[in-house]
Amino acid sequence: MNFDFSDEQKQMRDEARKFLSEQCPPKAVREVLDGKAPYDKALWKGLAEMGFLGVAIPEQFGGAGAGHLELCVIAEEMGRALAPVPFSSTVYLAAEAILIAGSDAQKQKWLPKIASGDAIGTLALFEGKGNPSPKAIKVAANGGVLNGVKKPVADGAIADFAVVAARTGSSGRESDISLFIVDLKAGGVEVKSLTNIDLTRGQAEITFKDAKAEPLGAAGEGWGVITQVLDRAAVLTAFEQVGGADRALEMGRDYALDRIAFGRPIGSFQAVKHMLADMYVSATLARSNCYYGAWALSTNAGELPEAAAAARISATQAFQHCAKNNIQVHGGMGFTWEFDCHMYYRRANAVALGLGSPSYWEDALIDRMRKKNAA
Amino acid sequence: MNFDDTPQEAAFRAEAKAWIAANAPKQYEEELRKASLGRVQLKGANILEVAKAWQKKKADAGWACLHWPKEYGGRGSSPIERVIWQQEEGPFGRLSSMFIIGHGMCGPTMMAFAGEEQKRKYLPPLASGEKVWCQLFSEPAGGSDVAGLRTRAEKQGDEWVINGQKIWTSGAHYSDYGILLTRTDPNVAKHKGLTMFFLDMKSPGVEVRPIKQASGASDFNEVYFTDVRIPDSQRLGNVNDGWNVSLTTLMNERMSIGAGVATGFPELFDFCNSLMLEDGPAIENRAVRAKLANWAVKASGLKYTSMRAISALSRGERPGPENSIGKLVAGSMIQDVATYALDLQGAAGALTGPEDAEVAGKFQAMLLRAPGTRVEGGTDEIMRNIIAERVLGLPGDIRVDKDVPFNKIPTKGRA
Ligand SMILES: Cc1cc2nc3c(=O)[nH]c(=O)nc-3n(C[C@H](O)[C@H](O)[C@H](O)COP(=O)(O)OP(=O)(O)OC[C@H]3O[C@@H](n4cnc5c(N)ncnc54)[C@H](O)[C@@H]3O)c2cc1C
Repeated sequence: MNFDFSDEQKQMRDEARKFLSEQCPPKAVREVLDGKAPYDKALWKGLAEMGFLGVAIPEQFGGAGAGHLELCVIAEEMGRALAPVPFSSTVYLAAEAILIAGSDAQKQKWLPKIASGDAIGTLALFEGKGNPSPKAIKVAANGGVLNGVKKPVADGAIADFAVVAARTGSSGRESDISLFIVDLKAGGVEVKSLTNIDLTRGQAEITFKDAKAEPLGAAGEGWGVITQVLDRAAVLTAFEQVGGADRALEMGRDYALDRIAFGRPIGSFQAVKHMLADMYVSATLARSNCYYGAWALSTNAGELPEAAAAARISATQAFQHCAKNNIQVHGGMGFTWEFDCHMYYRRANAVALGLGSPSYWEDALIDRMRKKNAA
Repeated sequence: MNFDDTPQEAAFRAEAKAWIAANAPKQYEEELRKASLGRVQLKGANILEVAKAWQKKKADAGWACLHWPKEYGGRGSSPIERVIWQQEEGPFGRLSSMFIIGHGMCGPTMMAFAGEEQKRKYLPPLASGEKVWCQLFSEPAGGSDVAGLRTRAEKQGDEWVINGQKIWTSGAHYSDYGILLTRTDPNVAKHKGLTMFFLDMKSPGVEVRPIKQASGASDFNEVYFTDVRIPDSQRLGNVNDGWNVSLTTLMNERMSIGAGVATGFPELFDFCNSLMLEDGPAIENRAVRAKLANWAVKASGLKYTSMRAISALSRGERPGPENSIGKLVAGSMIQDVATYALDLQGAAGALTGPEDAEVAGKFQAMLLRAPGTRVEGGTDEIMRNIIAERVLGLPGDIRVDKDVPFNKIPTKGRA
């Protein structure tokens, strides 16, 4: 048994951290936060050059072919840096959907472009409020075209293409759902930016009016693919969340060491110390759940559905917990726009919802544990 | 990152499995499996005798205290082999609970500070369970603040004379030996005047009085010392260096790694799977599921945190203060889990009779034992201090008594 990343993987983490601390300092994140750019284009190009976009894409499709453990390591650093780029939507969602369900031709067409940073992709799943469910999908596919509205779509306003979940039957079952690839720059697609709590990552509404769509995977098997994509993305996103939680904890710790009140560093007050100790505890529990998820993801183990849900819940809690208490430790300063605390708070709370909200994953976890126990 | 056994690990596992299958006291397996925190009892058998017999059998075949050196009664095993053994031993491992203090704390302290001859004399019977050890640290005036203890040791010739009182000493009533922390110089700051010994609990002048615990059971004791004599050869470490010696003990205490701290979650999950509420099975209730999910990820988080620690150990890294997390999280979790399991039973949740209470009163027993878990071996607050100071590097608490001679420190909060 060895329950840790390898030395090479840790080296990769150091490399990614160094790269991001240089190319993605808080100042760069603020360019996007303040609305000066929809995402950090230079960073996106740089990530492609470093080979980070295609880490888990096989070499034959233009990637580095390293694997998912390596992608987990990069994900953690992306979350730590709050990188304002469409990494999760393109790499965890779109690329994974194509890897799972795409034909050879579709893989040849899209994956090299993703790895090189030439195509931004996303998954168009949600249609208003509610959690992932086949019943909630109204966008319909008929005769090779799509009609209907998707929202919110992560990074929808900057994406070149979307993997869209659409209805192809009316039986009321999962088999009604099929997946399609849609070129968002083509006709029949209207995209509108939406405001959201995380100002470093855009959300959009996409309206399809007879938009041309290319099937991805077999008809009627879309929901199975969506479930797999969400599980995989849950693990990867959980690493981003742990990266963010760790950074928020560090910020709080550093501030507690520097800020003096009543003649002492506030970090010497036990109420503050214990708040930080509890942040450490939640970040550590989440990290350990994530490692299990990483193992399940990289080996495609039967445990993946359960491990993914556990990693997702635990990391969501940790990031929210650390981000909110980081502001508390910072006092009034923490509530200013100028301090970076709110960027982590915004991200923590937005990323908690993107793949299905906490209650969705809680339900999923218990469901999956029950099935395993019954088996 | 992988969970697979290496070929050597697989061979070790097979050997352990086969030996356990052939030798374990299977007649108690069912009872031990059902036992939960706060209640390991065997019907019609003396648990101490059963535990000692199983420990002795293990020791004779080379399966006791696996990570200890062979010459002291162990096997010289790797940390991973120790975990494999624990996995295979399963419910029978619960029989070792009466040896935890001896094996986890006294043994390692003896190994670090006793003379070679003493180690060879005292450690093998400790490993084999023939002799049981206890830890005599806490006093009415010194629990979290261990260094505040008052039991005196005065040198007379080649002997030390001990007078004072210890409290909350687990297992003192069936212990043969104990490690004892005493004050040897009250005129210097509190940490600087302590000295550690080990002693025979049957020595004249040692009186053990069981205390009835809040749970109703009696696992711990008061221990009184009246002119108890200990030869200087049973001193552990230098005179007035007892604080450093005790830190070794406490580090080992907190490290009890891979021991799989009980969280109560598996029990609660099983319970919710079988319990029927007014509107159907508990497990199908949304609110129940949300609660379960939140505890599930704490339990799995702890499990994989300890696996990470074991991986680090097996690479030769030293276990650090981050291991305080296990007891901190599990302690309050088991208390909350038990409270919730009773909530699900409604008014009948208050009943403790094994016939009337669900699952033979398991959660009621858990509830009543849990407060102790959050206190023994360092309270939640002390664990948080350790994490904040030694892991996160925050300033230590202000210690107004730090440089004050011990005999000048005030002894009451409200004068
Ligand atoms: C079941 C059980 C078994 C035990 N077994 C043994 C044994 O075998 N051998 C042995 O030597 N001892 C044993 N103990 C004693 C145990 O180690 C002490 O009870 C424990 O360390 C707490 O000390 P105390 O009881 O004096 O509480 P106190 O130290 O008086 O604490 C009271 C409260 O004050 C808080 N507090 C104290 N100091 C601080 C601080 N610096 N910062 C913040 N909060 C603080 C505590 O967290 C607690 O909430 C056992 C205790 C129990 C409950």
